[in-house]
Amino acid sequence: MSTLTQAGAPVSSEQGSPTGIPAVPLIDLQGLTVRFGHRDILSSLTASLRGRAIGLLGPNGAGKSTLINTLLGFHKPAAGSARVFGHEIGRDIKLIRGLVGYMPENDAFISKMNAVSFVQMMGELSGLPSSVALERAHEALFYVGLAEARYRKLGTYSLGMRQLAKLAQAIVHGPKLLILDEPTNGLDPSARQRMIRMIREIRDGQEMRIVLCSHLLRDVEDTCDEVLILKQGRIAHYSNLDEERRANKRFLELETYGANGDFTAAIEKLGCECAVAANRMKMVLADGIEARDIFKIAAEQQVRIRRMNFRRDTLEDIFLKAMES
Amino acid sequence: MAVYRRNYRPYTGALTPAWTRFLVLFRYSRRNLFRSKLLTGFFVLCFFWPLGCLAWIYVAHSVSFLAKFGLPPQVVSIDNKFFLLFMSVQGVLAFLLTAFAGPGLVSPDLANGALPLYFCRPFSRAEYVLGKSSVLAILLSQITWIPGLVLFAIQASFAGAAWTWDNLWIAGSLIVSSLIWIAILSLLAMALSAWVKWRVVAGALLLAVMFFGAGFGEAINGVLRIQGGHFFNLVYLVATVWTNLFLVDGDRGITAGQAWIAILVYCGVCLWLLIRKVRAYEVVR
Repeated sequence: MSTLTQAGAPVSSEQGSPTGIPAVPLIDLQGLTVRFGHRDILSSLTASLRGRAIGLLGPNGAGKSTLINTLLGFHKPAAGSARVFGHEIGRDIKLIRGLVGYMPENDAFISKMNAVSFVQMMGELSGLPSSVALERAHEALFYVGLAEARYRKLGTYSLGMRQLAKLAQAIVHGPKLLILDEPTNGLDPSARQRMIRMIREIRDGQEMRIVLCSHLLRDVEDTCDEVLILKQGRIAHYSNLDEERRANKRFLELETYGANGDFTAAIEKLGCECAVAANRMKMVLADGIEARDIFKIAAEQQVRIRRMNFRRDTLEDIFLKAMES
Repeated sequence: MAVYRRNYRPYTGALTPAWTRFLVLFRYSRRNLFRSKLLTGFFVLCFFWPLGCLAWIYVAHSVSFLAKFGLPPQVVSIDNKFFLLFMSVQGVLAFLLTAFAGPGLVSPDLANGALPLYFCRPFSRAEYVLGKSSVLAILLSQITWIPGLVLFAIQASFAGAAWTWDNLWIAGSLIVSSLIWIAILSLLAMALSAWVKWRVVAGALLLAVMFFGAGFGEAINGVLRIQGGHFFNLVYLVATVWTNLFLVDGDRGITAGQAWIAILVYCGVCLWLLIRKVRAYEVVR
């Protein structure tokens, strides 16, 4: 059984296990199926997500928002189950909602309220005492950068400011999990950069885990360490971006001039795996071997390296492969 | 408040009891409501009739005042008809107050997509409806059964224990008749505003349900020569129940039991509409 804090959230990943992998998955899906009418919107999703920041990717209509809404208890599963922090969504939904901060995709505000009252009210609805909610509403609005505009009515806010106000209400009660549904929707490039920077800050602050739902690959790549790609309500691909990034650094592609069998043999002697085709080489670097070691051997054997690339599978590559599969 | 922290910090303090959360909504909604000077003014106006009734009770028991005009002491009687009249006037005012205040409670939340923000918290749809309807319930109580009971208490203090004991049922009738009216008005206002999601239209629709319903009902009665049209007339239904509660004779086309059932059906339909519309997201199947 997992260790729970008073609020019901599992201890952080570092405390959870000596390997740094949380003892309890953040989100655990077991054959989750959600049906609207006769149509399966999510079909038998099974996954165990443990990352600090999890990206939900997929084309429009893939089921990303439906998955989030199901985790929040807005839709009932037709089959299977889902757990958040080890709590079953059907049974412990109030507990889960107490641990979650949610920033919805669409406009969501109360136009005649000012930002402070709005965020304070949302904090109070999450269970904060009134005075604490007021204090934290100010802090949250300062944190997201709406300090100067916090007494303005939300109806007068620009789209970017409304996004920030939504973020403020999502974090005011100190959730353990922050669910962001298309947080950069409609933002101009600089506002998008600010939003991404803030999400990264929150992620790196270790206090909150993040689920980010987006169809913008760049946003997910910039902020997430795990990605779940959905396609037509099914899991098309799961990827641990941290591991992918580490793995990418072990793959090298070389274009050489003057290389012969000795050069390949010398590299293989270092423990690297090589594949040679004409003057092109692909290799997997052994542990402890860096690119400079390859340069050294090339220098010793007077081999000219015309081009050296780390193989880089971008999230776009991963996404496109998943969509093609 | 001095705000100096720019870093996020988690909250580790105590939480308020879950059952009190609907009061948060009540508090904020009521505060928003009374920002309108017009509503505040009308709310004050609603106490004029109870004050008039109070004066009437005083006059009824002031022998010297009646003697000045040469009237016998029993010329003004305070009885069930008096309290029914009091409720009838306050009922109209309650309806107007609801038409003014009710639609603004729910429709802005739906129009601005705020419901997901409420329901992603440990806060249920039932608590939401309870929180919003309690604003109307308290507001309407303040102008119906609460002043009614105050008047009853004052009359009781003037008339003595015998009158009080004989007429104690009037106090019960005041409460029950008010609660019926409050329940209908609150549910109808909230259901209509949840349905159309537009404050002004919801207010107009509320008036339409009352007045067009009455007109439609009478038209059916007239054309088909039946009494069934009364079931479309919400005011008539409530009046039937009220006259029954206050034991006032009236030539009613339908029985009190039928009126009760019709009112319950109306309330059920409003609840069904609210359950359908007050959701974080509407699913289009």
